[in-house]
Amino acid sequence: MPEEPGLILEFPLEHYRFEIAGEASSKIKQVVRQLGVNAQTARRISVCAYEAELNAIIHAYGGFMRVRVLPDRTELEVTDAGPGIPDIEAAMREGFSTAPDNIREMGFGAGMGLPNMARSADEFEIRSSPENGTWIRMLVRH
Amino acid sequence: MEKYYHSVRLLGERCIGCVSCARHCPTEAIRIRGGKARITESRCIDCGECIRYCPNHAKTAVTDSLDDLKIYRYNIALAAPSLYAQFDKNIPVAAILAGLQRLGFNKVAEVARGAEIATAALREHLRTPGIKRPVISSACPAAVRLMLVKFPELIEHLSPIDAPVEIAARIARREAAKTLGIRPESIGVWFITPCPAKMTAVLEPIGVMQSELTGTISMISIYGELLKEIPRDTVPADSRLASAEGVGWALAGGEATGLGDAKVLVAHGIRNVSNIFEQVALGKLNDVDFIECLSCAGGCIGGPLTAINRFVSENSLKQRLKAMRDRGEQTPAEPVADAEIALALHEGRTIEPRPALKLDNDIRVAMQKIEQIDETLKRLPGLDCGSCGSPTCRALAEDIVQGTASETDCVFRLREMVRDLAEEMVNLSTMLPPSLNREAVGKDPVGQIRSERLLPDDKEKDKRG
Repeated sequence: MPEEPGLILEFPLEHYRFEIAGEASSKIKQVVRQLGVNAQTARRISVCAYEAELNAIIHAYGGFMRVRVLPDRTELEVTDAGPGIPDIEAAMREGFSTAPDNIREMGFGAGMGLPNMARSADEFEIRSSPENGTWIRMLVRH
Repeated sequence: MEKYYHSVRLLGERCIGCVSCARHCPTEAIRIRGGKARITESRCIDCGECIRYCPNHAKTAVTDSLDDLKIYRYNIALAAPSLYAQFDKNIPVAAILAGLQRLGFNKVAEVARGAEIATAALREHLRTPGIKRPVISSACPAAVRLMLVKFPELIEHLSPIDAPVEIAARIARREAAKTLGIRPESIGVWFITPCPAKMTAVLEPIGVMQSELTGTISMISIYGELLKEIPRDTVPADSRLASAEGVGWALAGGEATGLGDAKVLVAHGIRNVSNIFEQVALGKLNDVDFIECLSCAGGCIGGPLTAINRFVSENSLKQRLKAMRDRGEQTPAEPVADAEIALALHEGRTIEPRPALKLDNDIRVAMQKIEQIDETLKRLPGLDCGSCGSPTCRALAEDIVQGTASETDCVFRLREMVRDLAEEMVNLSTMLPPSLNREAVGKDPVGQIRSERLLPDDKEKDKRG
């Protein structure tokens, strides 16, 4: 099926490059605001993007985020070749974190990433395995 | 297009069209067009950064003057704690107030009293269960306007408590009307302001129908006269003076001081305010109770309409506050009454965001524009030099796509275009008419140079196979 016309934004996410953390989500937020997407929806999209961005940077040895903005919705797809999430159910619980101490000392890794994404998105899908890393798809309706 | 009132204005004859103001504007509201700075009204938040950075003093704030007092039967001046900071710590507050009165006011009231009430109201508000946390201060009008323009998703975090100056004005106007038996409208209530945003807040209040103030008078405009009028001998205060808790509001962190053990954060300087709003929007500060945010670095003492360098005024105010604490004047002598707290709250105010960023009403058109902006941006040098009159290359790309600027406005693009044109001219100049082109005899009659120029390289290669 041919893809509907939409804006595609792509962001490579490098492992431990904290200086770029937040750049992708703030760019995405700017774009959707310029499109006239209402403020609360734009906020949810940027939370989804930000948490995904940080996850890839902290846990997944880097990854890739592809965002497709359509007139009625925004889709975010994040892939990484990281170690995978052994217990997705546990990771979805607030406060559950596998972040190493050095990361927590920096104020990250509070165990809110996945729950925040799931709460902010209208649709949230996650697949993960040690072989293929983690794949997350989120959809936010405008 | 909706019209917005702004007190920040340009003095055209002083503007030389440099880009200082445009580059420092936190909302990218300024463009240089026709050799002069122009302010986009829907984006301006009246923070006054442009006033601060203009080397030619071409930016100004329109405020009222002492002449305007004639219009009213009775005039009240509201003195902010930032005004006290303009004077040495040894000049008593009562003397500053007396000096101000001598400039032509019937009465002078302290904004710091309003600040004491706002503090008490805020303490109570933070105890309310179910409120959206963190509560964001609504005391600084420029910070609030920044939110409306850039972070409208945070409006529900705004504190419902009025700014101290509004509370102080409300009380002063009511008291005077009652004591004198005159209509409240015949009383002029004037704020001696350290910033242009307060002026805008009077003429175009946010969320309320009408400000309690009649107008504002720029602090710096009366400073010289006030210095002369301040009595050197001791004068008695004509009413109870505010405590350090209220006076401290002039400094960054002052508002948060009276909030007890609430978890507070303080951001001052408009770019820091923008950064903290971004973190709130990402949900990173949900465990914070209250955020104090002030557009000016240092707090109101750093306002663009103050007379004294902000570090000097910070030092003198800190010493004044210390002396007050030493005298046991940290908190109000009488606790703030519930009736006063009620005066600080504005029920049913509605705050509307400002749609200043939207590229087009049709989302499909807006999407095309985003793509065009990205393509245009790739051709620009990315130096953000501002010579084109837009603050950044990205802003220029947006302006080009929106039809308010042209690609030749970029000096680097213009140079490239001139270079391309020059190359073209050199190429053209080598072309000779067939009648003179002897070298071409026996070859293609049309002339080699010409056919090569008409064919793109790759096509030619294809032909050669």
